[in-house]
Amino acid sequence: MKLNIYSIRAIYKFEMARTWRTLMQSVASPVISTSLYFVVFGSAIGSRMVEIDGISYGAFIIPGLIMLSLMTQSISNASFGIYMPTFSGTIYEVLSAPVSYVEIVIGYVGAAATKSTILGILILVTARLFVDYQIEHPLLMISFLLLTAITFSLFGFLIGIWADTFEKLQIIPLMIITPLAFLGGSFYSIDMLPAFWQTVTLFNPVVYLISGFRYSFFGSADVHIGISLGMTLLFLAVCMGLVWWIFRTGYRLKS
Amino acid sequence: MSAVISVQGLNKVYDSGFQALKGVDLEIQSGEIFALLGPNGAGKTTLISIICGIVNPTSGTVLADGHDIIKAYREARSAIGLVPQELATDSFETVWATVSFSRGLFGKPRNDAHIEKVLKSLSLWDKKDNKIMMLSGGMKRRVMIAKALSHEPKILFLDEPTAGVDVELRREMWEMVRQLREQGVTIILTTHYIEEAEEMADRVGIIRKGEIILVDRKERLMQQLGRKQLTVHLAEPMQILPAELQGLSLELADEGYSLVYTYDANQESTGIAELLRQLNDVGIEFKDLHSRQSSLEDIFVDLVHNGQPSQLEEVAG
Repeated sequence: MKLNIYSIRAIYKFEMARTWRTLMQSVASPVISTSLYFVVFGSAIGSRMVEIDGISYGAFIIPGLIMLSLMTQSISNASFGIYMPTFSGTIYEVLSAPVSYVEIVIGYVGAAATKSTILGILILVTARLFVDYQIEHPLLMISFLLLTAITFSLFGFLIGIWADTFEKLQIIPLMIITPLAFLGGSFYSIDMLPAFWQTVTLFNPVVYLISGFRYSFFGSADVHIGISLGMTLLFLAVCMGLVWWIFRTGYRLKS
Repeated sequence: MSAVISVQGLNKVYDSGFQALKGVDLEIQSGEIFALLGPNGAGKTTLISIICGIVNPTSGTVLADGHDIIKAYREARSAIGLVPQELATDSFETVWATVSFSRGLFGKPRNDAHIEKVLKSLSLWDKKDNKIMMLSGGMKRRVMIAKALSHEPKILFLDEPTAGVDVELRREMWEMVRQLREQGVTIILTTHYIEEAEEMADRVGIIRKGEIILVDRKERLMQQLGRKQLTVHLAEPMQILPAELQGLSLELADEGYSLVYTYDANQESTGIAELLRQLNDVGIEFKDLHSRQSSLEDIFVDLVHNGQPSQLEEVAG
């Protein structure tokens, strides 16, 4: 099957234009809020915390904080990107265009993932101002960054199509993703939990993302890197399957 | 001429169970202006939305530019430009950006000269760097037309193009439609204004309750449908028609305060002058006069009562 490059580029450019137009809200605000985490947890509280696996607490939370932003921003970018046209009615044009579902998804999800990847890198750079860290496996780190950005942008795309009110658009990131990310070891190693809660935590998919990402920084993690990668790919596959189902049935897009 | 759109046995049942289209068959000839008339809720927009790929058909086939709209959707949709009824535009984009976006979305390489031509033809050129949210409703409507024309479609759908549009823009749109037709573009427009169909269309199709009940050349249809009514507002109410006026197609209305005269606008002699002279002779004084074209709804009622096409009775039942 031949991909229609002009169509993909049109959607991608359109979505990226939205990013640049809302630069303060889309880029500056997450960078500022993450910086505040570093000030509070890294510098103020972190200086009184013991090291975890020989890593200073300030450095330890970097991967978790980046993942937290990456996940929430990917979801909000992608869900908003597809929700707005369905809300304003301009989706008619995309539906009537000679584009395949794959091209629509590449355009929207690609733009959302690009934006959150840029954001992740910005946070990484910002963190350097507060704490010293090394990245042991830079390629793996970039792969995890991209994989997470794409997976959660796809997930956001699904939410954007499912949501028929602004409230629904917010509810999953707020009620599910943020708690899972906080409880998934952004700020602590799951070894620090009582045994029972360690087991419970293993049902939290975000644990695998954060753990894998942390491994790429420090070469050690709660969960084996292979399992981390596997779980992330599994979640990606589930999202892709759902997107495929949506377009096949026209769910919420076509009557 | 060959058919550029061919609809066969098209049915649409929405999830709610509402059947919007019932076995629609329709052929649109290449290069014509076709007006689809029908009251609100008749299925005009559903029909267009299916052809353009926005709504899934329940059964039946549609060929656009010779391509099946589902199996060969890329080829079929590339040939079609759609201006929907609802005003739906981006807000923060500029006119230029949104029209260029549409061209790219339809898989065409960038062509600034073409976009410039389209914007100029719609008097949008001096607004090209304005954000869409700054434009008036009429201007937004033009932007939507520009988007539909950005990829040089062979077939243009205009769904209620002049609903809520001022007279000037309506005239400009009619002019634009004629120019497009000269360039060989096939135009399908829906409307519930009979004047619009009269002004523009080569052929007219009438849809009602999901069925196409009549397709004919405009001239023939106008002869059948072009009835007008003259209402004479009387100074004094009248209980019965005076003998002198019996035999004319007159009716009393408004509790005897109005006389309604029905005539055929296409006839050489409408009989209006004669009627007024007779009123004068009989000594009936009147305060005001007004005439109106029969509305589409009236025409449907006429069609049903005259029992013209046989299936009308079933539709009405």
